[in-house]
Amino acid sequence: MMTKVELETFVEGTTHYFATAANQPASVGSPYIVQEGRPTVQEFTGLISIAGKRRGIVYFTASRPMLTVMLMRMGETELTQENMCDLVGEVANTISGNARRDFGKDFMISVPTVLAGEPEKIVTPDNIRSFVIPINWRSHSAQLVVCLE
Amino acid sequence: MASANAKAEPLTNGKLKLMICDDSNIIRRKIERELQIERLQVIATAANGKQAVEAFRKEPADVVTMDITMPEMDGIECVENLVKIKPDVLILVISALSDKATAIEALKKGANGFLCKPFTDRQLTEALEELLRGAGNDD
Repeated sequence: MMTKVELETFVEGTTHYFATAANQPASVGSPYIVQEGRPTVQEFTGLISIAGKRRGIVYFTASRPMLTVMLMRMGETELTQENMCDLVGEVANTISGNARRDFGKDFMISVPTVLAGEPEKIVTPDNIRSFVIPINWRSHSAQLVVCLE
Repeated sequence: MASANAKAEPLTNGKLKLMICDDSNIIRRKIERELQIERLQVIATAANGKQAVEAFRKEPADVVTMDITMPEMDGIECVENLVKIKPDVLILVISALSDKATAIEALKKGANGFLCKPFTDRQLTEALEELLRGAGNDD
């Protein structure tokens, strides 16, 4: 079970990512537990598997319109499906990698797996609670989902 | 295959050769686009460590930006390989892995600097300038 302090690491990482890479701060809400069913999955999802000291998954999921604006804010001119897949993977990778500042080197992260749609392919372990960190950026919303033993 | 002490052929315009290695196309393009140091010219990009070593053997760069978490061959192993090929190459690791142990390991393998993702354009420029200053390549 994750602690409040551990969740704060991901909230801070998300806040830092948008302020720095997307050139505009996001409103990052308080994490909440998914009570029933599976966490939200939007059009594009970047997923990182965690191994080592902790096990589980971290994923960032967002809509095409939000990713389009993020790419534009980053100065990218090629607003392609490939770059949107790349971006969700990079967001998930960056926030997970930054978490090693607090979790340490044994918090081992995989290269990103990227999914366009296909929510059935995202499997969160049944015995672990998933926390959703809501992200509001400009008029868009996205989610960072953290599911760790 | 290049020798263990391959020397880079200087560019005719006197600029230093830069190779960008990152599995993210967005990051590779961002570094290339935002590069504000006139002394550097991008000669190659690579999406993983294996590609980077192959490109480096064909044409050794003077300066390399290197991600760590990549498929095929990670950045730490790649740094070790590049330094074997060209010991005086300058390598700036640009990674999201922000724990001290990873930075220390990269530096021990031969990297010269570490920039944490996410980064601003200004932070990238400053990190590269510091890398060049450290090597005595400042103007």
